Amino acid sequence: MDSNLRREIILDNYQNPLNKGLVKDDDYLKINSNNDSCIDNLDFMMKIEDGKVIDIHFDGEACAISTSASSILIRNLLGKDVDEVEKILNNYKKMINEEDYDKELLGELNVYDQLQPNRKNCALLPSVAIEKMLGEVTK
Amino acid sequence: MNREDFPMLNEDIVFFDNGATTLKPKIVVDKMVEYLQNYTSNIHRGDYDAAIKTNKAYDGVRKIISEFVNCREDEVIFTSGSTMSLNMVVFGYMKKHLKKGDEVIITKAEHASNVLPWLKISKELGITVKYAELDENMELTIDNLEKAITEKTKVISIAQVTNVIGDVRDVKAIGKLCQERGILFNVDGAQSVPHMKVDFTESNMDFLSFSGHKMCGPTGVGVLIVKRELMDEMEPLCYGGGMNQTFEADGTYELKVGPSKFEAGTPPIAEVIGLGEAVKYLQGIGMDNIHAHEIKLKKLLVSELKKIPNIILYNTNSNSGILAFNIDGVFAQDSSVYLNNYNIYVRAGNHCAKILKDEMKIKNTVRVSMYLYNNEEDVLKLVDALKRSEDIFRVVI
Repeated sequence: MDSNLRREIILDNYQNPLNKGLVKDDDYLKINSNNDSCIDNLDFMMKIEDGKVIDIHFDGEACAISTSASSILIRNLLGKDVDEVEKILNNYKKMINEEDYDKELLGELNVYDQLQPNRKNCALLPSVAIEKMLGEVTK
Repeated sequence: MNREDFPMLNEDIVFFDNGATTLKPKIVVDKMVEYLQNYTSNIHRGDYDAAIKTNKAYDGVRKIISEFVNCREDEVIFTSGSTMSLNMVVFGYMKKHLKKGDEVIITKAEHASNVLPWLKISKELGITVKYAELDENMELTIDNLEKAITEKTKVISIAQVTNVIGDVRDVKAIGKLCQERGILFNVDGAQSVPHMKVDFTESNMDFLSFSGHKMCGPTGVGVLIVKRELMDEMEPLCYGGGMNQTFEADGTYELKVGPSKFEAGTPPIAEVIGLGEAVKYLQGIGMDNIHAHEIKLKKLLVSELKKIPNIILYNTNSNSGILAFNIDGVFAQDSSVYLNNYNIYVRAGNHCAKILKDEMKIKNTVRVSMYLYNNEEDVLKLVDALKRSEDIFRVVI
């Protein structure tokens, strides 16, 4: 991907993130996610109905990578079946960790395919949070 | 000053993360390597030449430290660092001596190591941890400290220099206050001992903690100074070889008296020897010279950064080489990633002072912390990078 386009997508999602701000609703799963290695600290909440992820919100203080990744990830997951969400999260994690992955599944998330090593945890912060919430449901 | 002594500065870097750790001069590393390569042996056990040399080198550092902070040689305990030292004070001494209803005064600007041990024993013992109020510059005044004192106050436990604001507390005046009121005075010297002359005895401190790696020494070694008359009342947190006089199968045992009681097991010998060399190195430059040098650089940095409209400064007044700032609208970590692009090493975060956010109204900052080897060129490189920070996201993304 062209580096200017990559930067534009990340910056746009950092400055105008989707669904930033929490909602008051007890039907949502909730989790706090932070990194040991850096200072990102975000709260996530997610609503699942009939096996589909119908809403995700987040809020808190985090860097450009964590914030934009939360926004793009949420956009890519909304309305999808839990199975499909798990597949996307799994591929996203593989991409960040520089393992083989299915590019087609990730859409705009491919902007993070060339991260500096010290930003990997930032990019993984939202996916770890969402994975944990899904784990609660499928327990 | 003395940049040529630090091999890491041969790389084109600006090291402004000295509050976290400091660079090591070659002579410190050489001194450690000399022990590791030429006379490795354990302490206090062998009768052979290398062992005798090791004993002399290790024990000699106690004398170096005692002269450095003006205390008795038998008041110097080697630890793994400030965190361990502070934990030893709280769990080894205070836990035994404090009782329900007693009060301990700290501040919200303290490092985690001077907060969490207190919070832990406050629950166990039913003591109260009180926060002396900070002024508008987030500094501790003697007036505010006095206001926090009641007849239940048993301990004042504060950093001499705080690690985010960098304010220098008047430990001499506080020590006098403690002496008059019969209050124990526990000082976290992690950010002061490396940068200025500290006098344990004159300031009437009861406990003083500091780390080797923040003062040109190696990691893994630190110091706890304990007033001699309190030391016998302090319990070790670790039991084993080197700290006992005798023990029997019937369960009786006797511990050593003095610092050895708190140095169970093989200590970090190479690190202690390295720390001794680091202290000698700092003394050679002069602590007053180091402090004055850092203040001069901080003043230059503050005056230059004030000219840049989008830089928010938080602690321009404090009398140390620590400056916290943010680029307006930019998360601190993005700022530090940006500066790394210019080989400028700073720290982003809450700097282990997580409750300071209540006072600062901001969770995270970029921290510049200086040391003897920083120079005006370093300051101007940082200023120049920050002047160009309108393109920050082109760099960090």
